[in-house]
Order: sequence, then C-alpha cells, then structure tokens
Amino acid sequence: MTLYLWLIPLLPLAGFLINGLLGSRLTKALVTTIALLAPLAALGVVVRAALLVWSSPASLPYVETCPLGWIHAGGLNIDFAFALDQLTLVMLLVITGVGFLIHIYSVGYMSLEEGYARYFAYLNLFLFFMTILVLAENALLMFVGWEGVGLASYLLIGFYFSRTSAANAGLKAFIVNRIGDFGFLIAIFLLLANFGSLSFSALAANIAAHPELQGGVITAIALCLLFGATGKSAQIPLYIWLPDAMEGPTPVSALIHAATMVTAGVYMIARTHFLYDRSPLALTVVAVIGAATALFAATIGLVQTDIKRVLAYSTVSQLGYMFLGCGVAAYSAAIFHLVTHAFFKALLFLAAGSVIHGLSGEQDLRKMGGLRKKLPITFWTMTAGVFAIAGFPGLSGFFSKDAILTAAFQQGSMGKALWFVGVVTALLTSFYMFRLWYLAFFGESRSDDHTHHPHESPWSMLGPLVLLAILSVVGGWMGFGEGLGRFGAFLRPVLTPANAPESSISTSLEIALLAIAVAVALTGWFIAHLFYGSRNNRAANLAAALPGPYKLMVGKYWIDELYNNTIIKPIFLFSRYILGWVVEEGIIRGSAWLLAGIVTLLGELLRRWQSGNLRSYAGWLAAGAALLLFAILSASLGASAFTLHLNWAGH
Amino acid sequence: MIPSSWYLILSAVLFSMGVAGFLIKRSLVTVFMSIELMLNAVNLSFVTFAHEWHMVKGQIFVFFVMMVAAAEAAVGLAIIIAIFRTRATLNVDQIDLMKF
Repeated sequence: MTLYLWLIPLLPLAGFLINGLLGSRLTKALVTTIALLAPLAALGVVVRAALLVWSSPASLPYVETCPLGWIHAGGLNIDFAFALDQLTLVMLLVITGVGFLIHIYSVGYMSLEEGYARYFAYLNLFLFFMTILVLAENALLMFVGWEGVGLASYLLIGFYFSRTSAANAGLKAFIVNRIGDFGFLIAIFLLLANFGSLSFSALAANIAAHPELQGGVITAIALCLLFGATGKSAQIPLYIWLPDAMEGPTPVSALIHAATMVTAGVYMIARTHFLYDRSPLALTVVAVIGAATALFAATIGLVQTDIKRVLAYSTVSQLGYMFLGCGVAAYSAAIFHLVTHAFFKALLFLAAGSVIHGLSGEQDLRKMGGLRKKLPITFWTMTAGVFAIAGFPGLSGFFSKDAILTAAFQQGSMGKALWFVGVVTALLTSFYMFRLWYLAFFGESRSDDHTHHPHESPWSMLGPLVLLAILSVVGGWMGFGEGLGRFGAFLRPVLTPANAPESSISTSLEIALLAIAVAVALTGWFIAHLFYGSRNNRAANLAAALPGPYKLMVGKYWIDELYNNTIIKPIFLFSRYILGWVVEEGIIRGSAWLLAGIVTLLGELLRRWQSGNLRSYAGWLAAGAALLLFAILSASLGASAFTLHLNWAGH
Repeated sequence: MIPSSWYLILSAVLFSMGVAGFLIKRSLVTVFMSIELMLNAVNLSFVTFAHEWHMVKGQIFVFFVMMVAAAEAAVGLAIIIAIFRTRATLNVDQIDLMKF
C-alpha cells in the first residue's frame, strides 16, 4: 500500500512556486486554476489515503522516509520522514478540506484586489508548511512546518503591507511566535539530550519502556513545548498577536487564524501526549492556561465592536477550551473540538467576510444592522455558525464543548473548578455571538453611508459558506455516543492516555451536565436578546453603571500596554543604549576605527619612504644588502663553521 | 701565477666603486656606467671561481650576464634619451616624479 504522502505538501508547494514566480505574468483564470488545483489535488491524495486506511486500519501508523536521508551527524540521525496515523489523517482532512473551501471563497473575495497571484501563492505556501507540520514524524521536521506556517501567517497578515497597521500586525505575530518557538527549540534540545532521538514513535516507545520516568525532565520538556504551543495557539501569555492578525484578508483569518494554524499547538500537545501523561504538573498547567485564556478572551470579546475582533477573541477563547481538554487528558475531545471549531469558526469568519464584502469594507458592528433581508444566505449560514458555537443541542459545538466539559468535570475538585470556568465561558460565548448576530443582522441599518447598498456575495463565496454551514450543523454527530462515538473510536489507538481514568460518571449526572450546558447557551441568547434584540439603551446603561469593568474590557485589560512597558520598552532601551551605543558604536565601531586609524597612521609614515629619489632607493638597497651580508657572515663566523676554501697565501 | 684572491679583491674593489658611483654621482649616464661596472665586477668573480674550482658553469654564467647587460644597455640608453628629451636634464635628483 502506497499512500504518496509526499505529494500532499508538494502539490501546494508547486502551486506556490508557479504562482509566486510567474503569477504576475499569467492570466487571472490560470492563476485561479493553479491555486485551486493544488489544494484540490492534495485533498484528493488525503481522501484516497483515508479510504485506503479506513478499509485496513491495521496498517497505521504508515511512514514514508526520504531515501536520501536528512541530518546524519555522529550519533544524531534525523530522517526526513512523514507519518500518517489517525490523528494526522483527521488534521489533514480538516486542513486540506477546509483549506480548499477557503481557497474557493478567496476567488470571490479577492477578485478585485491587487496582488491576486501573490495572495494565492502565500495561501498555497501555508498549506505546504501546515501539511508538513502535521505529517512530520519527528519534532525537528515539525519545527520546520511550525516555522513555515509562522512565515506564511506573517506574509498574509501583512498582505496589505502598504498599511502600517497591517505591516506592524504581521511583525507582531511573527515576533510573538518566535518567542514561543524558543520554548519549542529548548524542548527539542532537551529531547535530544535526554532521549537521543526526535522521532515521535521512538520517543513514545522509549518512554513506554521506562515506566519509572515521571515528572522531572519530562515536566521541563512538556512545559517548554507548552510555551511553544501558547505562542502558536494564542494562549496566555502569548495570545496578543491573534487579535491584531485580523489585519489580514478575512479568508486568511478563517483559514490560518481560526481553523488550522492556531490549532497547531493543540495538535502538538496531542502528538506528544505521551510526555504529558507522565507529568501531572504540566497537564495541570495546560488545563489552567486553557481555562484562564478561555474566560479571559471571552470577556474581552463581549465589548469588541469590530466584527472580526469579536471572532478573533472568540477563537482565542475556543482554543482555550481545546487546551483545557488537553489539560484534563481528554485529547480526543480536544481534537474533536478542534475539528468542529474549524468548521464553525471558518464559517463564522467567512460569513463575516461576506458581510464585510457586502458592505464594501465596513467592519464596525455599530454601523451594521438590518442585514437579514439584504444578505439572506449569509444570514442563514452565519446563524448556523452562531448556534453551533453557542452549543445548541444537535449542532457540532454542542457535542465537542460538552465532551471537554464532561471530561473536566471528572477530574476531581480541580476539574470541577475548571468545569465551572468552562461553563461561564460558554455563557459569555453564547452572549457575544448572539450580540454579534443581533447587531449585524437585526434592527435597522445604522450605516451612515447611504450611497452603498449592501449586496449579497457571489456564489464562489456563498458555496463554501453553505458547505461549512452543513458541516457545522451535522459535523458533531460523528462524535455522538459513548466515548465520543465513531470519532473517539477512530482516534483511540493514538490518543488514549496511558493512565486513562475509568469513566466514573453516571448517566443521570451526564444528562444534568448537558442540561446545564444547554441552559447556559439559552441564557446567553436571552441576555443578548434583552440587550440587543430591540433598540434600547440597556447595554449602554450597563456600561455606564459599571465604568470600571467596562473600561477594563474595552482596553483589553491593558495587556498590550503592560507588555509594552514591562518587556518591550526595557528591551528597546537596552538595545538602543547598551547594545546600540555602547556595544555597536563604542566597542565594535570603536575597535574598527582604531585598527583603521593605526594602519592609516603607519601608512602615512611609510609612504614618506617612497620618495621617488633614485639614489635614496639605491642607498636603501645597498644598506639592505650589506645588512644581509653581515647577518649571514656573522652567523657563520659565530658558529666558526666557515672556513674559506681560498688560501689567502695562494697555492 | 697570480693568486685567485687578488682577482677577488679586485672584483670587490670594482664592485664597491660601482656602488659608490651609483650613490654619489648625479648624472644618469654615470649612474648607468656604475651599474655596468658592478655587473662586470661580479663577472670577474664568477670567472675567478670557475677557474679556481675548474667548473665551466661560472664561465657560462658570465656569458648570460654579458648578454643581459647588453640588452640592459640598449634599453637603458633608450630610456635615458627619452628622459633627456622630455625633461631636458639628466640629474637623477630631479627625476623623482614617481612617488607617493
């Protein structure tokens, strides 16, 4: 059985190279064809692999190694190897499937933009690196993909690079991600130093063979990996780049900053769960970071007025859920939420993009309203997304969120607290999503621009919306049933934690938890309806009654300012004055100047020698010859080995 | 039979005279003649050693030196004429344009 895994990244790479190098000279239709064919063909390879694997699951994990080798130095052997197992397959289906839909959507959304070919080249480049990331069989190759998606993300956030805010947002995303990557790198070094290998299968086998390995260095590795994951997946403390990343085109936000790239951290934790299973401390940290981020981002999302920023904070919050799931060792539930989130958050972003497109670039919720009749298909698909993320029974978000919350609830008293945070977050999520829904689609239009009439988007955009809406509605059923149903059963061979707790929860308690989740979602809707369902001043009054918390949330807790003052400014000052002035100007430039000065001075003295006077040259020559002769003769005479063969007295 | 050392002493004296003439005289033609003197002083010592050690190599070398000296004389005199035409002087202290 050959699965041609190497084709999966290579096809988007080919698309990137063709469109990136020749795109400006090709016709638009040709650029579009190449850009769409690359992910479609990759999707075809993935689906073929999925079908083959489905009929013979015993063949997994399936590994393809580049026969040329990659890094062989002394005892260090790292192969360029791709591995396919159930987890990879799920990720690949999401990446290429949702990715392809977003490529189609982009054709309509970007049709009038400058740099059409450049956009698709970057998008294909992203798919190339993302598939490498999930296919990688060892941590180093994963790191290659990890860095690569960061690069693609940077390029696409800064797509409108002539806008300063977009260029800065791209830089911010890249730099914050680099901080996280530092943790990842340290983890790779620690893995190499302690286990001598970076292959995931070898590491898992090595750890399984040593049951006495607990905590200690494994905790350190797990925490370093977690730090890397917080950068890529926008968790506390490194979440700050994601809201700014909304400067990029909306389909990019959907693909990279909602559905796929930001979930790389969750994927990485799931992939290395054999480490986390041995470190309860690291798991607890993951869970706490996840829960804290979920709640924290949700509160900021409550008051945002930019439609994309609401969704951005929602994404941070939902990623927090996934971390929470990983933290309570419910890896399958976390991956399940990753998948459903990819469906409904991509849908929400694309629908928001459709709204923005229809309003000719307006992103401010306060200037929307009354779009229900004007953008009917966008409205209905957005509605599906809103209900799915809010967790209404039967929709995808309901199943996955509930799976995580139930898993958290079973984890002792700590888990109960995490569960409570999750429920509160669910309430906030429901509220801010329905707030967005009401503000954008109901009531009267609040636009102050009456020259543009909202228009529904073309079918190249609506088609992906409809497909994603269907997936958001029905996608949850694959995880229906005991232990996440078919989805859980499929992932069980790779994602079962080594010390899985027996499901100790009774059916009645489970139903009670479900009832609470549903009640919370309905409550959120109800409150949103009270505040925004009709024209009233309740929201403004509440904001006026609680100016402190309101300002805190509008100001995003001033985390950016805090980082700015405590970290960035000191580094900046240190760089400018210590590194810039003392080291650069003083030491480096100073020593270079000193050396150059000495040489110049010596040259200035020596060139006087070159007088042009023939007799002075001859004099120096004669003096030199005399000196040489004297040196030779004195050395020879001193050693008294010199006997003149000539007889002074004659023959 | 005159001892070889005498020839060598004569060679050294001639060479020293050449060096002294080169350093002291200002006329380019005299400087040029001093060079010829030095060359021939060396030729004399070559012949002396060849005779002393019964080796013909030294004699052959002298022919080479004479050949080079002849070529050098031709080129050197041409240069001297060219210099005299452009500068109207043969004082070496005034021919000092090629410097830093």
